[in-house]
Amino acid sequence: MNIHEYQAKQIFAKYGVPTPKGKMALSVEEAVENAKELGGPVWVVKAQIHAGGRGLGGGVKLARSIEEVEKLSREILGMTLITHQTGPEGKLVQKLYIEDGADIKDELYLGVVLDRAREMPVIMASTEGGMAIEDVAHDSPEKIIKIAVDPAIGFQGFHGRELVFGLGITDPDEQKKLISFASKLYKLYIENDAEMIEINPLVKTGSGEFLALDGKMGFDDSALGRHPDIAAMRDISEEDADEREAAQYGLSYISLDGEIGCMVNGAGLAMGTMDTINYMGGTPANFLDVGGSANAETVAKGFEIILKNPKVKAIFVNIFGGIVRCDRIANGILEATKLVDVHVPVIVRLDGTNAPEAAEILRNANIANVIAATDLADGAAKAVAAAKQAK
Amino acid sequence: MSILVNKDTKVIVQGFTGKEGSFHAEQCMAYGTKIVGGVTPNKGGTEHLGKPVFNTVKEAVKSTGATVSMIFVPPAFVADAVMEAADAGIDLAVIITEGAPVRDMQAAKAYAVKHNMKTIGPNCPGIITAEECKIGIMPGMIFKKGNVGLISKSGTLTYEGANQVVKQGFGISTAVGIGGDPIIGLSYKQLLPMFEADPETHAIVMIGEIGGDLEIQAAAFIKEHIKKPVVAFIAGQTAPQGKRMGHAGAIVSGGAGTAAEKMAALEAAGVKVVVSPADIGKAIAEVLAR
Repeated sequence: MNIHEYQAKQIFAKYGVPTPKGKMALSVEEAVENAKELGGPVWVVKAQIHAGGRGLGGGVKLARSIEEVEKLSREILGMTLITHQTGPEGKLVQKLYIEDGADIKDELYLGVVLDRAREMPVIMASTEGGMAIEDVAHDSPEKIIKIAVDPAIGFQGFHGRELVFGLGITDPDEQKKLISFASKLYKLYIENDAEMIEINPLVKTGSGEFLALDGKMGFDDSALGRHPDIAAMRDISEEDADEREAAQYGLSYISLDGEIGCMVNGAGLAMGTMDTINYMGGTPANFLDVGGSANAETVAKGFEIILKNPKVKAIFVNIFGGIVRCDRIANGILEATKLVDVHVPVIVRLDGTNAPEAAEILRNANIANVIAATDLADGAAKAVAAAKQAK
Repeated sequence: MSILVNKDTKVIVQGFTGKEGSFHAEQCMAYGTKIVGGVTPNKGGTEHLGKPVFNTVKEAVKSTGATVSMIFVPPAFVADAVMEAADAGIDLAVIITEGAPVRDMQAAKAYAVKHNMKTIGPNCPGIITAEECKIGIMPGMIFKKGNVGLISKSGTLTYEGANQVVKQGFGISTAVGIGGDPIIGLSYKQLLPMFEADPETHAIVMIGEIGGDLEIQAAAFIKEHIKKPVVAFIAGQTAPQGKRMGHAGAIVSGGAGTAAEKMAALEAAGVKVVVSPADIGKAIAEVLAR
């Protein structure tokens, strides 16, 4: 789960990580009020969406008067912001953050992520603040410092020294401030089961203070149960409506660009099914894992969600029945076709326990647009052919 | 021969009396697995499925001589269960539970390593030595005995792969579902040398997916140390960037962990890489005919 910048900064503040003063606004009036409260003389009006690259997309702007705050708020609130992370459709701006302008001397990058290879959190830092860290990693990887911190010992002095010397910070006072900053950031990463924190940029002001000018945080979904305060920060308007609806039924759904709807049990086989469709010259319309219990209800819901996409020309149901027997799944699929009006060909491949009985059930049902397939290759080929024919 | 588990392996179940634990323990027993007891706090001294129940793993180990534990406890208790098993001297913990917090697994795995306990999973189908011992939730009947070892991050792709191998007239020695979480126990790099050393295994199927770099590490290892033929499939070639594809660990972030880079690394290491999982069986037939 991801949160907004203003929410990340609330968490930063709780841990004593310095940020500029600011306040979230849902309307232009509120934005102006916030600006007056902050006092100025310079403010930043920031679009709050769950995507990076907001500045380049025109969602972050400087104001030098209350009138300018009002004008910019009117422009940004309600705009559809397109950045390299939103996709071409962009994201509607529904919230603003009005923040004190900072006197920026230097821009750094500081983040904490899980290093999967080392199996511990790693602090990432760079002197190249304000740029996409992926680009820095690609063009000049030597400019990124990575400091793995073993949670068994926590953030120690040597981690801090590696950080400040790595960034070329020589002033003892500044060293102390940045080490304290990083140590607090690590603490809040661990204590809140964060998955990633990114501060880009972290700025050094003219007076030698370090401030988190931006804040991006993501959390481990599996740990949200023990963080009700963080779970409450969820903004469902930032999530894909279909994905969210699917999740309510225990389905894992992600929409894609293609024409062949996929319904599969298991995440790996679901990806493998998409790959096979692609390999055979077709295009997958979605990823959909119906999980272990593919019954009439979940399958019907799956059909419903897949068919919301008008581009879908055929559906490939690919189930490997294990503990749940294929004959039961076949009956579930037939029942689902009665619950939902499925107007495109449905190719069904059921393999595993009691597969022959399942094939028999599908044959006997004799439903015009339900086509049985013998294996994964056969099913994918039939789905690709059906989608081509439908054009 | 096989790897890690066989017909003599003594297994206990943590979360024995729960719904999932009961159901799958019974299935494992029906398959022939030597389940010698289970652990459920406050139910010690009772019997379940005809086997003794203990309050702690230590008592269970002392009384039954079990060396392997199959873990079915709810996600929030997984780390505790894993550490208890390690502390009690268990050799291998097979963690089936899905949804354990990453931070918990980080700590639990570090503790397991310190106590020389191997772990498989979490969020995995488990391990099966065909026709001898099933420790997990896979449908046992599709795993006919044979000479192909299998390592997979995905449950249903394990079944798909095993099924194809069997349909080609071959069979499985041992299949290990290693799980799709960001932090997992035994991985390709640790399991490949076990299969290399197992005289019964003649070829290896390795099924990976997007996210992380375990497959890249495996490729480097195969190049140096593995002489037996390896067939690989990497799921998620068509997955979009930055999206989590069902498994917690299946995500391409910042352009790293793509299927393309993993496939290229494996190919460069001499592995036969198939583009579709539908070709796993054929590829095994091909490498074993050489």
